[in-house]
Amino acid sequence: MRGPMRGPMMPFGRLFQLVAALALLALPAKAAFQIQKVVSPGGIEAWLLEDHRIPLMSLNFTFRGGAALDPAGKEGLAVMTAALLNEGAGSLTATVFQKELADKSIALNYGADFDNFSGSLKALTRYRDRAFDMLALTLTKPRFDPDAVERVRNEMITSIATNIGSPNWIARRTLMETVFAGHPYARPANGTVASVRAIGLADMRQFLKNRFGRDQLLVTAAGDITPAELGASLDRLFGGLPAKAAPFSIPEVSAEAAGKTVTVVRGTPQTIITLAEAGMERKDPDWFAGQIVNYALGGGGFNSRLMEDVRGAGAKKGLSYGFSSALTPYAHSGLMLAGGSTKNATAAEVLDIVKTEFGKVHRDGITEAELRDAKIYISGSFPLSLTSTERLSALLMQLRVNDLGIDYLDRRDGLIDAVTLDDAKRVSQRLLDPAKLTTIMVGQPQGFDKAAEAPAKP
Amino acid sequence: MRIVLSAARLCLVLLAFAAAGGARAKVFSPTVTTLSNGLQVVVIENHLAPVVTQMVWYKTGAADEDAGHSGIAHFLEHLMFKGTPTVGPGEFSKIIGRNGGEDNAFTYYDYTAYFQTIKSDRLELIMKLEADRMQNLALTDDQVYPERDVIVEERRQRIDGSPEARLVEALRYALLVNSPYGRPAIGWEQEMEKLTTADAIAWYKKWYVPNNAILIVVGDVKPEDVKALAEKYYGPIPARPVPERARPQIAPLPGAERRITLRDPDIHQPSFSRYYIAPNFSAKTRKEALALEVFDEIFGAGDTGRLYLALTVKTKVATAAGSSYDDTAVDPVAYSIFASPAPGKDIAAVEKGVDAVIESLVKDGVTEAEVTDAKTRLEADAILARDSLDGPAHAIGEALTTGQTIDDVENWPDEIAAVTRDDVNAAMRKVFGKDAVSATGWLLPMQGTKAPMDAVEAANKAPVASGAFR
Repeated sequence: MRGPMRGPMMPFGRLFQLVAALALLALPAKAAFQIQKVVSPGGIEAWLLEDHRIPLMSLNFTFRGGAALDPAGKEGLAVMTAALLNEGAGSLTATVFQKELADKSIALNYGADFDNFSGSLKALTRYRDRAFDMLALTLTKPRFDPDAVERVRNEMITSIATNIGSPNWIARRTLMETVFAGHPYARPANGTVASVRAIGLADMRQFLKNRFGRDQLLVTAAGDITPAELGASLDRLFGGLPAKAAPFSIPEVSAEAAGKTVTVVRGTPQTIITLAEAGMERKDPDWFAGQIVNYALGGGGFNSRLMEDVRGAGAKKGLSYGFSSALTPYAHSGLMLAGGSTKNATAAEVLDIVKTEFGKVHRDGITEAELRDAKIYISGSFPLSLTSTERLSALLMQLRVNDLGIDYLDRRDGLIDAVTLDDAKRVSQRLLDPAKLTTIMVGQPQGFDKAAEAPAKP
Repeated sequence: MRIVLSAARLCLVLLAFAAAGGARAKVFSPTVTTLSNGLQVVVIENHLAPVVTQMVWYKTGAADEDAGHSGIAHFLEHLMFKGTPTVGPGEFSKIIGRNGGEDNAFTYYDYTAYFQTIKSDRLELIMKLEADRMQNLALTDDQVYPERDVIVEERRQRIDGSPEARLVEALRYALLVNSPYGRPAIGWEQEMEKLTTADAIAWYKKWYVPNNAILIVVGDVKPEDVKALAEKYYGPIPARPVPERARPQIAPLPGAERRITLRDPDIHQPSFSRYYIAPNFSAKTRKEALALEVFDEIFGAGDTGRLYLALTVKTKVATAAGSSYDDTAVDPVAYSIFASPAPGKDIAAVEKGVDAVIESLVKDGVTEAEVTDAKTRLEADAILARDSLDGPAHAIGEALTTGQTIDDVENWPDEIAAVTRDDVNAAMRKVFGKDAVSATGWLLPMQGTKAPMDAVEAANKAPVASGAFR
């Protein structure tokens, strides 16, 4: 089954998420959706998709600047601060605050990734006013009670201890440390045991002081709220924040360690193979050419070459439950990723197949039919996920975070249509050089000799 | 930070979809018809986006497998993509993708389901394709046997490579004695490896008929259009008799305490889990199941439940604690509890804490205020759950493949509203009281019963530079 793991008792299915989906989803097509720009009396801007069919609404807000700004030795600061913002605010202790959220079915959550610090709110119309009050309290008067701080700290440490033996987590961490060595993206956004222990109350207060500025704030909403109601709420929610956040800069970085192979030996029955080279940022003018090539190579599930090569029926197949690829953008870098797993005995064989396919597309580009199919899918599948207000609001936030423009939904199909075979070939040459792949293997991979670790055949 | 909802909990929330304000609304208000060949057709309109989801649910799953043939239900699910005389092997998903859609399938103990999500103007295409493979699946050895390797790889990836999943497999087997729910839904590897093309064809012929299926269509569609297309494509498929779902009942082995410890070098953080035999949503135990749903909200809800408050906020022995109620099944299954010890805390202290919460509940029961709050939350969550396309389809599909009716689903809010404190206490005491039947699992590192924080810290410092690499 595609989609997130539902825990150990989930149904078994034909395919589930193969590469950790750090990627922004390919963005939308046709504007069946009318985006409104709302500006509050106090000058705060929000984008809104109004829909009154269900009595609830979703709100997203993002401050640019995230975990990449954590001080050295205090990794995990942004994530920990986010986790504590709904653990009590104003006169409400954590337990009281959480009970009121639960009793009113208000979803109020914060999170941080490398580049952004974000919050989301979903509330029934009948509780919207109270939900806004509670959100405003978290922004201006978070409590950081010692009990809550220690509970969240322990939760983070427990989660690190849980992850640290997981082969998938090891593959991911090893990859990031290898390709982004020396850059903030190499560090774990969730911190280490030592760094999480080192984070103090003053660090979190200072983090909020630095990051919460209206000049770095982006707001979107969808659902049962009018532009006038939203406009008035914006000042109530965010008007009390400082006009400017502390200035910051993160250096641009390109994937390092081209051609390097790192093997982490674990006693697992399969080898997890993760491959990466330099990818694209979201603002890249060749973004859709990249998406199209990626779809044909490994991003299109059963419509892609890597899946067919390692899983499709016929001689020497059935080697894996699946193999896939993705273009993952960051604010200051991007990765072309591929990954999957196979029994240890066939690790070398699968790696060779995958690198050979990279080589073919790198050399020849994709076919006319692949170009056509990828365009249809990338255009046509856009509205499939937009079936809830929280997804609509999150989509608007992607448009804003990536500076794609309020008319983007009207332009998107045209941008996809305009990609030519030559564009696809140029981008394949740029993104899919098998000699530049960094290879991470976790497990007990077999079938290798020294030569196998050299770059794949062209 | 909220604990992630388990599958069972999530379904409960989805089922809850109802009751806006004053008079209690029905749940999904679907349009329901049955074709003359027995195919049940359920349509739910949702016009937020120009999108439609089609699901076909078959009333068969891993719990219907014969002993020695575990894995065949899931194997056939994979093989349903291997073609018919008019659609080549693997073409099904390619056609969906070429039309800008997505498709997949899943198998569990009581059901196997296939679904596509696509622009609503392509509904006819996906109905034609799905109806075709309901009757015309064509399997050949050269397609079947490589796919058998794939499901074995899938098992390796999801079970054998995961200590957590291996412990769940062992606990279910220990608790659900003599029941097919005690077997892994994906199958035992040594039995999966021996499944044949003939086994797959026999399974298909036995269960894959319109009178054993439910067609659910949700999205930007009109019920009369869906019905006309269903008549056209599914209507001509002949019905065939389907066997009874013969299910050996659980042998409870009262008084036999079951405890399983799994140690693994990949585990650094211990975790505690316990499974109890619990009633399901069959007619006989429906009232108990409803009361347990209310109880679960009081007991196991992340951040606010009794378990979380006692273990993580008050005594601080754990950093996470919650529960899951696997109620939507043909036969009784499991109510489960899990908790993670806080750094430096022993798993035995966590178990003691869980036992203390249960003992006090069994002794004093839940309060009237807890019951009222829980019911209010279920009611409000209900409206939130309407904000989805596949949620309603899943909730109805699970209910109808496990012996419930559309009326059962639609009356759910009224039934929850009628649950009393006495109902909750009686149902809870039946699961946790003196006749409780449970299996307890400890997932542990190779040494000791606490997280080895020094080792974690050392391994955590710089994985790439550590000696584990070559």
